[in-house]
Amino acid sequence: MPSLKELRNRIASVRSTQKITKAMQMVAVSKLRRAQAAAEAARPYALRVESVLTNLASAATPGEGPRLLTGSGANQTHLLVVCTGERGLCGGFNTAIVRLARDKATALASEGKTVKIVCVGKKGFEQLRRTHEKQILELIDLRAVRAITYETARPIAEKIIGLFDSGEFDVCTLFFSRFRSVISQIPTALQLIPPELGEVNDKAPSYDYEPDESEILTQLLPQALTVRVYRALLENAASFFGSQMSAMDNATRNAGEMAKKYTLRYNRTRQAMITKELIEIISGAEAL
Amino acid sequence: MAVFPFELVSPDKVLFSGPAQAVVIPGHEGDFQVLSDHAPTMSAIRPGVVGVDDANGKHHRVFVRGGFADVNPLGLTILAETAIPFEDLNAAHLDQEIKNAEEDVVDATEDQKQAAQEKLDRLRELKDTMNL
Repeated sequence: MPSLKELRNRIASVRSTQKITKAMQMVAVSKLRRAQAAAEAARPYALRVESVLTNLASAATPGEGPRLLTGSGANQTHLLVVCTGERGLCGGFNTAIVRLARDKATALASEGKTVKIVCVGKKGFEQLRRTHEKQILELIDLRAVRAITYETARPIAEKIIGLFDSGEFDVCTLFFSRFRSVISQIPTALQLIPPELGEVNDKAPSYDYEPDESEILTQLLPQALTVRVYRALLENAASFFGSQMSAMDNATRNAGEMAKKYTLRYNRTRQAMITKELIEIISGAEAL
Repeated sequence: MAVFPFELVSPDKVLFSGPAQAVVIPGHEGDFQVLSDHAPTMSAIRPGVVGVDDANGKHHRVFVRGGFADVNPLGLTILAETAIPFEDLNAAHLDQEIKNAEEDVVDATEDQKQAAQEKLDRLRELKDTMNL
């Protein structure tokens, strides 16, 4: 049985932990609001770029056109770009993304394909390093980045395109967590090269192109890729804070319960001791 | 005057959305103006200033760099990589752009060099005309 002093200390420590998790939850809530707004603000642009790209790509002859659109023609080497958070204390957020990527890597490896990995975010790197250390090409650290902008995504996209141009891989897949709601984030895999395209709009008008079609496509493709990376980063940021918020909410509640349990135990012990002392005094008095 | 739906979007926000009477776009092959019922056109854009006459005839100017203008029967959409309202634009911004462009020229390979140089000249010219 712990002494009264020990119990008192334990209650105090649980309470202070609770204060920390409560504060973290509140910070996550306000950051989530901002991240969500940013993700929503980026949506119109991304949708437009996608639709323009889809229209242009459908006009291009199948099998021809820029390599970024059609791929390298092979399907041997896969690049997995795994976007995770830079911090922990966010429930299963990082683990879920890593698990999806790891499953994919294992599946590809068993088919005899070569897998290469680029990590965006430290947490994913730490987890993947244990099983796939040799395949990891690079870790892109975003810890210094306070707010994700288009300029954050650009170097990542340029790196991917650079690797593709030098023939490092044939197919590129991006892993991130899609933000559906505060309590639901879905780990998602999105193929970047060759790009997954949506339904072709048959009613697309016949355009005049300035400069010509293929040149526009060449310019548009890297931009569309950057936009996809940008969106993934924003969705990830929103998911991260959503996940962190619910994790911290849970932690706060658990700490509350624990403090209550210990307080009860403390009071019982105290009472038992008083009773014991009283009995001792009374029985001592009676003996006289 | 007839109006048509116009949207100017950059990756992080929508800068203009609503009916417009006329929009002047710095197209890749030269500036062109879009009025209502323009033929469907897809054009790359040069760094420059987009001029918008909104439904009330008020004139707006926005600096854009990189991107596309998409004219279709549903209206006009400009997808700009960077877009800054003219009122917010200052010398520092442009200097930064020019600096970036200069670096691009240095980094560019032979066949890209001309395009990069053109872009740089264009930015310099723009700065001169604004008297900043």
